[in-house]
Amino acid sequence: MMAPFFKYGMFGDEVSLIVAFIIGIGFGFFLERAGFGSARKLAAQFYFTDMTVLKVMFTAIVTAMLGVYYLSIIGWMDLSMVYLTPTNIMPQVVGGLLLGFGFVIGGYCPGTSCVSAATGRTDGIVYLLGVVFGIFGFGEVFPLVSGFYNSTLMGQVTLPQFFNLPYGVVVFLVVVMAVSAFVAAEWGEKNMAKKAEAKK
Amino acid sequence: MSTLVQTPDTEKKSVSVPKPYWNPYLSGIGLGLVLLLSFVIMGRGLGASGAFSSGVAYVMEKVAPTHTKANEFYGEYLGDGSKNPLKDWLVFEVLGVFVGGFISGALGGRIKKKIEKGPNVTDRKRLIFAFIGGALMGVGAKLARGCTSGQALTGGSVLNLGSWAFMMCVFAGAYALAYFMRRQWL
Repeated sequence: MMAPFFKYGMFGDEVSLIVAFIIGIGFGFFLERAGFGSARKLAAQFYFTDMTVLKVMFTAIVTAMLGVYYLSIIGWMDLSMVYLTPTNIMPQVVGGLLLGFGFVIGGYCPGTSCVSAATGRTDGIVYLLGVVFGIFGFGEVFPLVSGFYNSTLMGQVTLPQFFNLPYGVVVFLVVVMAVSAFVAAEWGEKNMAKKAEAKK
Repeated sequence: MSTLVQTPDTEKKSVSVPKPYWNPYLSGIGLGLVLLLSFVIMGRGLGASGAFSSGVAYVMEKVAPTHTKANEFYGEYLGDGSKNPLKDWLVFEVLGVFVGGFISGALGGRIKKKIEKGPNVTDRKRLIFAFIGGALMGVGAKLARGCTSGQALTGGSVLNLGSWAFMMCVFAGAYALAYFMRRQWL
């Protein structure tokens, strides 16, 4: 048995939609468990008072990255069959900045706002309406921005390819970076808590 | 979840107490395993914003068919018209996200109609900002070909160059604007 199962034709499109639904349940479950249904908790990341966003995100990235890497090393998974979104560097940089603005203004990202809406938060529902409006707006002006949207195409490229480093080395560097970030986050949270205490 | 609390005069009173969130590293591992499972089973990662694009394209096609068909962006989600654009992987995944979020919230006693905000901002202002933030996010996610789920989490864990550049920019953008938004959250 070789992964990815779907790409090796173990099941068809209809079944893949059931899989999508089940995977989505897992995704939403853990987002809510982490506290990502609350905009206040998410936004606290940007004031250094609660670094949960960074901790959860990088733990998830490291977990999945190591899983994929080791499964491919032992030959159970064909990494080349995992879909890689092609890089258009400039639109992604600008899009990332806009998304960051939207995150701190609105308090969510699209995935977390679904969880927020599902747990009854009015701001999550309004935020989702905003997302839909933004996508609609983007769609309507698309003919004007399609030049930029399709600019600076670099194709399907990974960090190891770009920096000309072995895949395992980059994996190791990401783990080191994540662990350093966790240590810094724990230290920073304690520091901020002390400061808040001193203010009182 | 209701917890029975003994009040001093032994009168039993039912109070709803939300349970604390999980340890972030534990939630992160859970999230990472779901993502890994998606890679293993499907050969693709998670997403969110794409599902809403399918929804918008679907509605637009019903409302203004010719206008929509001429638009390359909507076309990406409508395909050749041979199948319903809502019969899409991400649409079903996002439906699951709502259900999963609800299950976790219900188990934790956290289902509650309220507005998440800091103490120094009115409800009205918070909701206006939520809408503006969402709209910016919608535009940004389309420009970047994905949001925090599709690019940062998914692309991040398969070491996609564009996803890492994107992720750094999300944090940079949010921190750059955080000072001006402090009254809303602190």
